[in-house]
Amino acid sequence: MTKLTPLAVAMTAVLALGACGKKEDPKPGPAAGAAPALTVKIGHVGPMTGPQAHLGKDNENGARLAIESLNAKKLTIGGTAVTFELLAEDDQADAKQGPIVAQKLVDAKVAGVIGHLNSSTTIPASKVYADAGVPQISGSATNPQYTDQGFKTAFRVMANDVQQGKALGEFAAKKGYKSIALIDDRSAYGKGLAAEFQKSVEAAGLKLVATEYTTDKATDFKAILTNIKSKKPDLVFFAGMDPQGAPMVKQMKELGLTARFMGGDGVCTTDFPKNAGEAAEGHICSLPGKPLEKLAGGPAFRERFKQRFSADIQLYAPYVYDATMVMAEAMKRANSVEPAKYLPEIGKTRHEGVTAVIEFDTKGDLKDSAISFYEYKGGKLVYLETLGAPIASAPASEKK
Amino acid sequence: METLLQQLINGLVQGSIYALVALGYTLVYGIMGLINFAHGEVVMIGALVALSVTGALTAAGLPLWLAGALGIAVAILTCMALGWSLERIAYRPLRHAPRLTPLITAIGMSIVLQNLAMMLWGRNYMQFPALFPKAAFSVGGAHFTAVQIIMVLTSAAMMIGLAFLVYRTRLGMAMRATAQNSQVAGLMGVNIDRVVAAAFVIGSALAAVAGVMVGAYYEIAHYQMGFMLGLKAFTAAVLGGIGNLGGAMAGGILLGLIEALGAGYIGDLTGGFLGSHYQDIFAFIVLIAVLVFRPAGLFGEKTGERA
Amino acid sequence: MKTWLSPRSTAGLIMIAGALLALPFLAASGGQAWVRILDFAILYVFLALGLNIVVGFAGLLDLGYIAFYGVGAYVYALLASPHFGLHWPIWAILPIGAFVACLFGMLLGAPTLKLRGDYLAIVTLGFGEIIRIFLNNLDAPVNITNGALGLNLIDPVRLGSLSLAGTSEWGALSLSGPQKYYFLLVTLAIVVVVINLRLQHSRIGRAWQAIREDEVAAKAIGINTRNIKLLAFAMGASFGGIAGGIFAAMQGFISPESFSLTESVMILAMVVLGGMGHIPGVIFGALLLAVLPEVLRYAVVPAQKALFGSVLIDPESLRMLVFGLALVLVMRFRPAGLWPSPERKRELAEVSE
Repeated sequence: MTKLTPLAVAMTAVLALGACGKKEDPKPGPAAGAAPALTVKIGHVGPMTGPQAHLGKDNENGARLAIESLNAKKLTIGGTAVTFELLAEDDQADAKQGPIVAQKLVDAKVAGVIGHLNSSTTIPASKVYADAGVPQISGSATNPQYTDQGFKTAFRVMANDVQQGKALGEFAAKKGYKSIALIDDRSAYGKGLAAEFQKSVEAAGLKLVATEYTTDKATDFKAILTNIKSKKPDLVFFAGMDPQGAPMVKQMKELGLTARFMGGDGVCTTDFPKNAGEAAEGHICSLPGKPLEKLAGGPAFRERFKQRFSADIQLYAPYVYDATMVMAEAMKRANSVEPAKYLPEIGKTRHEGVTAVIEFDTKGDLKDSAISFYEYKGGKLVYLETLGAPIASAPASEKK
Repeated sequence: METLLQQLINGLVQGSIYALVALGYTLVYGIMGLINFAHGEVVMIGALVALSVTGALTAAGLPLWLAGALGIAVAILTCMALGWSLERIAYRPLRHAPRLTPLITAIGMSIVLQNLAMMLWGRNYMQFPALFPKAAFSVGGAHFTAVQIIMVLTSAAMMIGLAFLVYRTRLGMAMRATAQNSQVAGLMGVNIDRVVAAAFVIGSALAAVAGVMVGAYYEIAHYQMGFMLGLKAFTAAVLGGIGNLGGAMAGGILLGLIEALGAGYIGDLTGGFLGSHYQDIFAFIVLIAVLVFRPAGLFGEKTGERA
Repeated sequence: MKTWLSPRSTAGLIMIAGALLALPFLAASGGQAWVRILDFAILYVFLALGLNIVVGFAGLLDLGYIAFYGVGAYVYALLASPHFGLHWPIWAILPIGAFVACLFGMLLGAPTLKLRGDYLAIVTLGFGEIIRIFLNNLDAPVNITNGALGLNLIDPVRLGSLSLAGTSEWGALSLSGPQKYYFLLVTLAIVVVVINLRLQHSRIGRAWQAIREDEVAAKAIGINTRNIKLLAFAMGASFGGIAGGIFAAMQGFISPESFSLTESVMILAMVVLGGMGHIPGVIFGALLLAVLPEVLRYAVVPAQKALFGSVLIDPESLRMLVFGLALVLVMRFRPAGLWPSPERKRELAEVSE
């Protein structure tokens, strides 16, 4: 008996609180015109707590902005006026929480899910969505395994690590670097990016003179940088994030290692030049998609985002915005909000988003995986060029 | 050759950071036989306080050297107060409790301090002001900077100062007496409470210095910066023989060298099988190996078993 | 030994059994997500009971316990996923997982036999990190663990023709995937609890207790402390291995980041808060700390919104803060845990006088 009591109390408390929590969410749509006949629930998941909370919030804002502009358009699907409602959930960037939160959304009968943010939560969660037949579009999970599982419900609107690593390698070859050193932070992101980068530069006939490793918690890189220096590379490629990248370029400078530094979206952030100071000058990084400024809706989106949330875009919000729009458009084309009915339409998407022209391949990855390159000049990111897709919103079919 | 020299410098600098932090562990352990797991967190608080104070004062128009000096002073005082409160609130009531009890309390305090720091300073990495001149030197192709020299010298000075305190002053004598046998020391008129509190306060002041040095060296600070550093420093202290001041210094520098040379050469020696991705485990493997053969550490005396 | 099967206890047992049977259906009324949370809670009970053998019974502070959980999870994943193209059945894998974890337990135990208290803590912590780093890096030169990318598409548990993933229906009875896992987990958990109860009062259990109280004395009265300590590590590790296997099957995807030091500390907190060495206490500690974050998730944000109009402290940091404070306060005021065994409570009361 004693065993039961604490548990029962906990469960009752939990259930009661769970019920309270849910009551808060539903918000009536803009009640300006006719009363909405149908409310479509769309789930969004990202870490709202923990070290990546700021990115999670940014993603959620992207989805929220999309939902709000959809509702402002007063769409009619299948003959009834629809209002979209965002159910935002927190997975704490914890792999265990991924499926729990996914189950929560499936229980709440969402029509589709935008997210999750991290690959490590997206992959276990995708199984729950696939079992329930709920379409899922992630704006930021870049691990190739996500779409390799063969789930019909899994899509993403961002280039995966394979696509980005490949483009980075091609760019290095194009810029004429000869001997390259590679640093891998051994995270899922770093490993995927490093492996593809290596394949890509070796395919271009370039030499990888050193491969070194660090972790996503390290602050001292002098030992590995000294090794790299003895191999005299002209380019150091770092597959990792800015908390390591910023001290790394500083330490390169201190050691007299003059090679150019290059990295992926992990070091293409506003924090990187802030923490690296002048050591960031001249270094190169890449972001999936095209620069917002080059796309028709881009600058307007940036402005709208800032006005609505009085905050700048952190990183992935535009991608999440696009993901939400893609899902809504598929519903419109299928003239149904039933997952089973509109799911096939997602695969047929051709959407001019704020980040790229979105078309999916059979796996659910982007067909047109544009990667843009930037250089740090005076502490700012300066656009260099885009690889993998034409820059104007011309038909995307001319190049793969 | 140039590479070897550079790696030795890297190892020495990294090692003196470990040594600086390890001194605090060893001081407390030597006297009460307690691993203050929260020591790494005190280092972190020291760095973040110095960062905030220096930042606020430079923003108020003070020159950097003055703001920095005041920042360091405030950080040291804050950490001393923190060390004193930790001892008073968390550890003193447990002095006669079973062995595991204060250790778990220490883990708890470490979690509390980390999360408090996160709430106060946020989750992002912050830029630490460059407190020391940016001079760089080059000898035989190996590069080093003024900060690195200052860091090595600070560690050495701290160790010598601490040794003087322990072996040449009345307080030091009381500390050694307490370490030998606290009950007898108490009977001989040593105020045990005061001696233990003094050890915590001094250890925390050292932690503050270490925090500022680490912050100034990497020019970056973060609420989690103390944790791994604390672990490594603790490893260094155990390696040298915990409770032994010279041992902490030697253990720290040895650990720094093992890591630098390990990351530098093991990869080539094993054909890339064991490369720099195993850098973090060299330290632990050496530790286990040392403890198997010398359970009291390299320089530790074989005292009676302190279980 | 037999006293707990008195008529009153029998009635209690029947009620517990009834409650355990009803629980997944009760939880499902709040959504299947609650059943999943329940599954994880039981998994933590498993882990906490395993660690309790090492820390609670034998008094050896192990800060790297999660390593065995990780080993068990990887054994399952490697033998039942497309990674090596193997799809062995669970009854074959779980014992292998337990055995491999047990080997690792001895591997850890052997060099640390001479160490005590603090030294043991740092070495076990280092061992946990070593295992995690190896899991993260053993993708080259031969790809064994697939590194940080983790292993995916791990088979769900199959019992005969019944797969535990997806919903099954038997006439009017319909069971979802998580509910089926719940019954598997509860069955295994009962087995583990019974093993633990028997162990505690066996010769071995008493030998552990003797070592915990005074190792020198234990040796003097003829206990083979080396073997008995190794046995504690091995047994604790094998429970971790089994739990890991089920975790891998339930998740379908594992990667090294699930086996970090924080998890070890978390399980230790469960054991310590509940009541080291006291089985009902440990179970209570595990359930409390596994469900508490979910409660906080629902309670903290709305409560703050109601009180302050905005979210000042996010639930994640509050959760960790509460853990830390709880560890400190419990050690200070209830050093034997929230629900200690009667005799341990008495001992500590005497000590503190």
